[in-house]
Amino acid sequence: MVGLQILIDGFAISSLYGLGAVGFTLMFGVSGVLNLSHGGIMVVAAVCGWLAAGDLGLGVYAGTLVGVLAGMLAAYATYFVVVRPIQRSRAIPREETEIFVLTGTLLWGIMIQDGIAYLFTDNPVTTRPLISGVTSIAGVRTPQNEIMIAALCWAAIGLLWLLVNRTRAGKALLAASMNPRGLTLLGFELSRMYLLVWTIYGVLAGIAGVLLASFLGVSSANAGQLTASAFSIVVLGGLGSVSGSLVAAYLVGYLETITAYLIAPTLRPIPALLLLVLVVYLRPQGLLGRR
Amino acid sequence: MPARILRSRLLWIGIGLVVLAALLPFWLSAYLLGILTAAYYFGVFAMAWDLLFGFAGEVNFGPTFLIGLGAYTGAILDNQWGPPIPVCILAGAAVAVLGGLLLALPALRLRGPYFGLVTLVAVLLLQNAIVIFAGVTGGEIGMTVPDVLSIDATVNYWYALAFLAVCAVILFGLSRSAIGLILQASGQDAVEAQALGFNVTKHKLAAFCISALFSGLAGAMLVFYEGAASVDTVIDISIGVQVIIAAVLGGRRTILGAVLGAIFLILATEFLRPLGQLNTFVVAAVALAVILFWPDGLLGYVLRRGERE
Repeated sequence: MVGLQILIDGFAISSLYGLGAVGFTLMFGVSGVLNLSHGGIMVVAAVCGWLAAGDLGLGVYAGTLVGVLAGMLAAYATYFVVVRPIQRSRAIPREETEIFVLTGTLLWGIMIQDGIAYLFTDNPVTTRPLISGVTSIAGVRTPQNEIMIAALCWAAIGLLWLLVNRTRAGKALLAASMNPRGLTLLGFELSRMYLLVWTIYGVLAGIAGVLLASFLGVSSANAGQLTASAFSIVVLGGLGSVSGSLVAAYLVGYLETITAYLIAPTLRPIPALLLLVLVVYLRPQGLLGRR
Repeated sequence: MPARILRSRLLWIGIGLVVLAALLPFWLSAYLLGILTAAYYFGVFAMAWDLLFGFAGEVNFGPTFLIGLGAYTGAILDNQWGPPIPVCILAGAAVAVLGGLLLALPALRLRGPYFGLVTLVAVLLLQNAIVIFAGVTGGEIGMTVPDVLSIDATVNYWYALAFLAVCAVILFGLSRSAIGLILQASGQDAVEAQALGFNVTKHKLAAFCISALFSGLAGAMLVFYEGAASVDTVIDISIGVQVIIAAVLGGRRTILGAVLGAIFLILATEFLRPLGQLNTFVVAAVALAVILFWPDGLLGYVLRRGERE
C-alpha cells in the first residue's frame, strides 16, 4: 500500500522535476549557459499565475497561461539584461565568460527573489487545482490534479520532442548543440538559435513553475532550492543530455519520496545529495552525458 | 630584496591604512565599530575565496562549507569541554583544513560547473548535518558559546583589525610569490603548466589548504566575537554568495580588493537597512552592475587605469 502510494506520489513530483530540468539542460547544450536564476524564473511564473487566477479573477486556466507567459518574459529578461551583455563584453576574457554568467545569473536570481518578496508576497502561494476531485488507483486515493499535472508535464515534454526532432528549427537547434560553428557555416544565424532556445526554456520553466504552485505551493524563498535541485538533476543526468535529465529526475524524485515516506521527511534531500556526490566523483560526465 | 620592499609604495600605503584604521575607535561609536569588526572577518573570508578562485581558478560556490566547519568546531569544542579560546580557534582551523582537503579531491578531477556543484552540495550536506545533530549543534536555532574574545567593542575591533592585517600580508605575499604565479598558470591552463614542469596537484592542494586555514580561522574568530554560531550567520548559501560578491566587487585576483569589497558590502547592507526587504535587492543589483560594466572590480579597475597611464 505504501509502495503504491510512493509510486504514485513520486511519479508526479518526478515529472515536475523532469520538466524543470529539461529546459535547463537544453539551454546548456545549445548555448553553454547554466542559468542559476532558474528557480527565480519558476517563482515569477508561479506568482504571476497565482495573481492572475486569484486577484485578477481570470480563473485557473487563464491564470496558468499568464504564468507561463510571465516565465517566458522573465527568461527573455535574463537573456537580454544579464547573459547577452556578459557574452558580448570585451572586458571579460573568453575563458572566464562561464564563471561570469554563473555569478551574474546568481545575482539576477537573488534580485528576482527579493523583488517578488517585496512587490507581492514572500508567503508560499498555492493556486487552486486545475481539476478537483479524487480518484482511487488500486485503493490509493489520488487527487485528480496530481494525475493532470503528470499528464501535462509529459505532454510538454512530448511536444518538445516533436519540436526538436520533427521541425526544421528544432533540427537546427539540435545541430547547434552539436557543432555551433558548423551551423553558422551553413548560413544559420546563431543568435536566432539562442533566442529560440531561451523561448523554449522560458515556456518550460514557466509551465513547471505554475504546475508546482498548484501541486505543492511555491514561495519566493524557494528560488535557490529550486535552482539547486534542477542543477543537481541536470548534472546527475549529464549536462546537455535531455534523456539523461529525465532519468535523473525520476531517480531523484523517487529517492526523495522513498526517504520521506519510509525514513523521515526531514531527511528528504540527503540521499539524493549523497548520490549526486558519488556520481560526480565516479562518473563526472553524469549518467548519460557525453564528454 | 628588503630594500625593494621598503621602497614599495604599497607597503607604506598599507601601513598607513592600518594605523589609520587602528585609530578609528577614538572617533567612532561602538555600534559602527561592531559593524567594521564583522566586516574585517568578512574580508578574510573574501580574501581566502579569492585565492582559490582568482588564482587557482576553482569555482568554489561553498566558501561557507570551510567557514562553517571552523566556526562550528570551535563552538562545539568550547561548549563541550571548554578549553582556552585559542585552542578552540586552532581546532576549528584544523578541521577546516581537513574539509579543504576533502573538497580538493574532486577539484583535482572535475572542472568548472561540476566542481561548483560539488561545493554547493557540500554546503547543503553540512547544513543538513547540523540540523540532524541538533543535540550537539543547536540545530536551526544555533548555539551560544560560553566564552567570548572580549566584551569591549574597541578590543574586539583591534583583534579583528590585527587578524585582518596579518592574513592580508600572508595571502597577498603568497599571491605575489612564485606559488601565486604557478597557481595562476595552472588555473588558466593546467595541462600547459604541467608541461612546464610544475606540480599542479601539489600547488592546488596547497591552495585549498591555505584557503581553508584562513576561512576556518576567521569563522572561529567570528563565533567567539559574536558569542554565537548559527546556520544563518556562517553556513547559509546566501552568506557564501555574499563572500563571492565581495571578492568580485573588489576585484578578482587582487586579494586586497576582496577586503575593500567586503567592507563596502557590509557597510552598504547596514546603511541600506531602512529599505527593509529591498536591501538585498539593491546590493545584488549593484554587484550585477559592477560585473557587467567593470568586470575587473573596484581595485582591478583602479590598477588597470594606473597601468595605462
